[in-house]
Amino acid sequence: MAVTEDPLALTTGEAATVERPLGVLTRPQGGNGWRDWLSTVDHKKIGIMYGVAAMFFFIVGGIEALLIRVQLAAPNGSVLSADIYNQVFTMHGVTMIFLFIMPLAAAFANYLIPLQIGARDVAFPRLNALSFWVWIGGAIFLNSSWIVGGGGADCGWFCYSPNSGLAFSPSHGVDFYAIGLLITGIASLVSAANLIVTVLNMRAPGMTLFRMPVLTWMLLVTQFLLLFALPVITVALFLLLFDRLFGAQFFNPEMGADPLLWQHLFWIFGHPEVYIIILPSFGIISEIIPTFSRKPIFGYSFMVFSGIAIGFMGFGVWAHHMFVSGIGPLSVWAFSMSTMFIAVPTGVKILNWLATMWGGKLRFTTAMLFAVGAVAMFTIGGLSGVTHALAPADTQQTDTYYIVAHFHYVIFGGGVLGLMGGMYFWWPKFFGHMLNETWGKLHFWTILIGFNLTFGPMHVLGLQGMSRRIDTYSPGFGFEFWNLVATIGAFVIALSVLFFFFNVWKSRRDAPNLPPPGPDPWDARSLEWMVPSPTPEHNFDEVPVIESDDEWWHRKYGYDENRNVVRIATVEEAAQDGSATGVHLPAPSFWPLVLAAGLPLIGYGLIFNLWLCVVGGLLTGIGIYAWALEPVDDPDADHGHDHDHDDHHDDHHDDEEAPVTAGDEEA
Amino acid sequence: MAETTLAETTLAEEQAHDHPSDWAYVKIALLLAAITGVEVLTYFESAVTVFENNSVTIASLMVMMVVKFYMVAMYFMHLKHDNPLFTKLFVGGLVLATAVYVAALAAFEFWA
Amino acid sequence: MATATDAAVDTADHGHATSTGISNTKLAMWAFLGSECLLFGGLISTYLLYKTRRGPGPDNTVIPTDVFDIPFTSVSSFVLLMSSLTMVLALSAITRGDNPATRAWLLTTSMLGAIFIGGQVYEFTSFLREGVGYTHNPASSAFYTLTGFHGVHVSLGIVMLMSLFVASKQGKLRQEHSETVEIVGLYWHFVDVVWIFIFTVIYLIPVD
Repeated sequence: MAVTEDPLALTTGEAATVERPLGVLTRPQGGNGWRDWLSTVDHKKIGIMYGVAAMFFFIVGGIEALLIRVQLAAPNGSVLSADIYNQVFTMHGVTMIFLFIMPLAAAFANYLIPLQIGARDVAFPRLNALSFWVWIGGAIFLNSSWIVGGGGADCGWFCYSPNSGLAFSPSHGVDFYAIGLLITGIASLVSAANLIVTVLNMRAPGMTLFRMPVLTWMLLVTQFLLLFALPVITVALFLLLFDRLFGAQFFNPEMGADPLLWQHLFWIFGHPEVYIIILPSFGIISEIIPTFSRKPIFGYSFMVFSGIAIGFMGFGVWAHHMFVSGIGPLSVWAFSMSTMFIAVPTGVKILNWLATMWGGKLRFTTAMLFAVGAVAMFTIGGLSGVTHALAPADTQQTDTYYIVAHFHYVIFGGGVLGLMGGMYFWWPKFFGHMLNETWGKLHFWTILIGFNLTFGPMHVLGLQGMSRRIDTYSPGFGFEFWNLVATIGAFVIALSVLFFFFNVWKSRRDAPNLPPPGPDPWDARSLEWMVPSPTPEHNFDEVPVIESDDEWWHRKYGYDENRNVVRIATVEEAAQDGSATGVHLPAPSFWPLVLAAGLPLIGYGLIFNLWLCVVGGLLTGIGIYAWALEPVDDPDADHGHDHDHDDHHDDHHDDEEAPVTAGDEEA
Repeated sequence: MAETTLAETTLAEEQAHDHPSDWAYVKIALLLAAITGVEVLTYFESAVTVFENNSVTIASLMVMMVVKFYMVAMYFMHLKHDNPLFTKLFVGGLVLATAVYVAALAAFEFWA
Repeated sequence: MATATDAAVDTADHGHATSTGISNTKLAMWAFLGSECLLFGGLISTYLLYKTRRGPGPDNTVIPTDVFDIPFTSVSSFVLLMSSLTMVLALSAITRGDNPATRAWLLTTSMLGAIFIGGQVYEFTSFLREGVGYTHNPASSAFYTLTGFHGVHVSLGIVMLMSLFVASKQGKLRQEHSETVEIVGLYWHFVDVVWIFIFTVIYLIPVD
């Protein structure tokens, strides 16, 4: 049976024979100083960096949200000018989607996929580091438009043309939007290819596809969605950028162009994007609910196949965002039908979660509360979503607050609550101590109440006819009361986020005085719980051989002669103790950071001065070649055998927007 | 995505070492060249009367294009002799691209 | 129970075993090519949608289809097609361990690619002379963007091929690295099949 951890295998004690290829940067060693974080290729450290950065941008996007709500709290709001208001709501949407939810999901994907499939790292550890650095470069670039670009993008997160053209948006905000999203797109594309290969190729012996945890499955589907949806928005963003920078005529109606082209390209990406946001949360919920119901997930294969079905069908419903754009009755009919059908696999998932809980021994920990809350809130959002599938109803709802309410119930209610639950669930695995349950529950209930106070009233406002994206409203339309309620709700959400950060601080402070959580504090089911908390650098002492789904559960529990579940091993007996030494791990590298640093420079160059492009291009080029010439194995370390893995010239993954080198590091 | 069994894998590996010979590649290239020649002939419509009808021309051009595409992918890119997973990935992207863009162009009444 | 020690034994005799038995890098390349289908699909669809859209005039009414030089493009398309042959011959040579032949075919492939790029540069300049400016109308913007993206792909392919050539010269590209050549080859053939599509759909199919 194939064992996958090739260069990560235990050392055989032979001397390394790789010579040092470049004396420019000393090859970094493992450790915990800041250099080690900059050069790490460890999927766990990268996952944590994704999580920390995502939470930072959650605060940024949250402040933008509060500004919006302050402006709308009362009629004739004058906190923000109309221009600034446009920038704030645009950047709120872009930040929350591309810089908060997607990277937070990437944090879970990076940290958990290798652990859940029994691997020591992802397939391409250096590419994984590259994804993170490219992403954070893009994120910083995007937000730097506040300072150097004359303000943020002001075209709404879907940036419809011709609003996004130079005529209506003359500042550099939209350029920053386009280039920033291109850069973060490169990061997601690289990470998608990396994680797909990881899941397909790096599984432990016996870990067949249909023994993988549902979370890994949902993340796999997400990576396929990214792989196939990102190139579409890449095209759209390039066309927009060429229009703005070089005077191309893609979206200028005066020249015979069709602005609807942007809408199609954007939503061919944009609808799968909705599932890119929600499926990781579905996966997390599918791990939490069985654990705290003490039952296996109900209808595992239905869960997996409905996830795959959502992935496929997600590409066939995009034009339901365009029912009022004049796409013709036949298109409206077809996309209305397909949209109603996509509710079916989603409903299957909700019913399966309920059936998992049915008759289970429920434990309402904070993680479980978040998971159940996410299911409930997502159901509300899903139902209001079905109302938009009916084109005549949608015509009334389009561009009103009803839509805002709907997608916040889906994305915040279904997505963010699920991810928050994941944090409480896996926090001991990430950091070696639990989050405080009392503060956690306080966090949950305040966020649930604040969320419903904020977005529930928006259904009413929308049906009353309040337009989305207006910067203020006059008194007398009946909008005053519910807007005030929504604003209060937004501050309740902000309070709950403060509770969360306080909890993080408090739990860390209290941790030394509390018993350690041990490998498996929740009596959980999947492989990550059989290694110590926090996860040792090498993940598994021995690569486990998988004999069933819920492998870890079956190592702890068996059946007696009456088919009753009985404990057959304690956690201590069944778990690994993390004591293996000399495990051969991929060497850290600075080159992903160097390569990634070039891309924002190219971006600034395109906007301000082409010479900067040359500098950025050189940096990226140097990064690529240095990377390709750097052996996977660390020449300075005294670890095992030389695999003859020399990956000089594997710069074959380059393309013009993704100068990415795939090391042939089967690590 | 079906689980690839060990037996299939071994088979695929054996076949991978069984790539066509250089001469077979040259023959494929000659065939590709010949098809390209016919394609270009359609441009000089008067020379080949069969192609005078526009829709016949378009249909035959599309068929020839698909044949060329297929031969390069199957033989030069070894999809025929390689692991079926590669074919699934590539054809997945190809079919998806065709489906969404044909549908998008249909919404523009491009095919009308 | 298979242990990590077994894995070390596996690697000692270069068994690059993965769950599916196929190489990580090759799988990643195919995933990337699947993704590229959507990229080129978008650019091609944009051109198809705009191919007859002229500007309101008087200076911007000429569209690329007015000035296509089919015989010229046929020759450069043929050159690119034949570069796929020389690419597989390079792979075949390195799997035999014939390093001089590998270098010769790599060089030939790059040269054919360079001829194609040269042809494209000539085509662009002659189109510009005939009044098809990039900013003139949707048809011309879409045409230059599509063929430009393809040209950039070919150029990057040439850079990769030349990197392989240099590596081979330095003795770093040997028989056991044939997969690297194969993977660069996959990219090269992909760029070629994209042009097969473009040549037929953009150039040869008559516009009404």
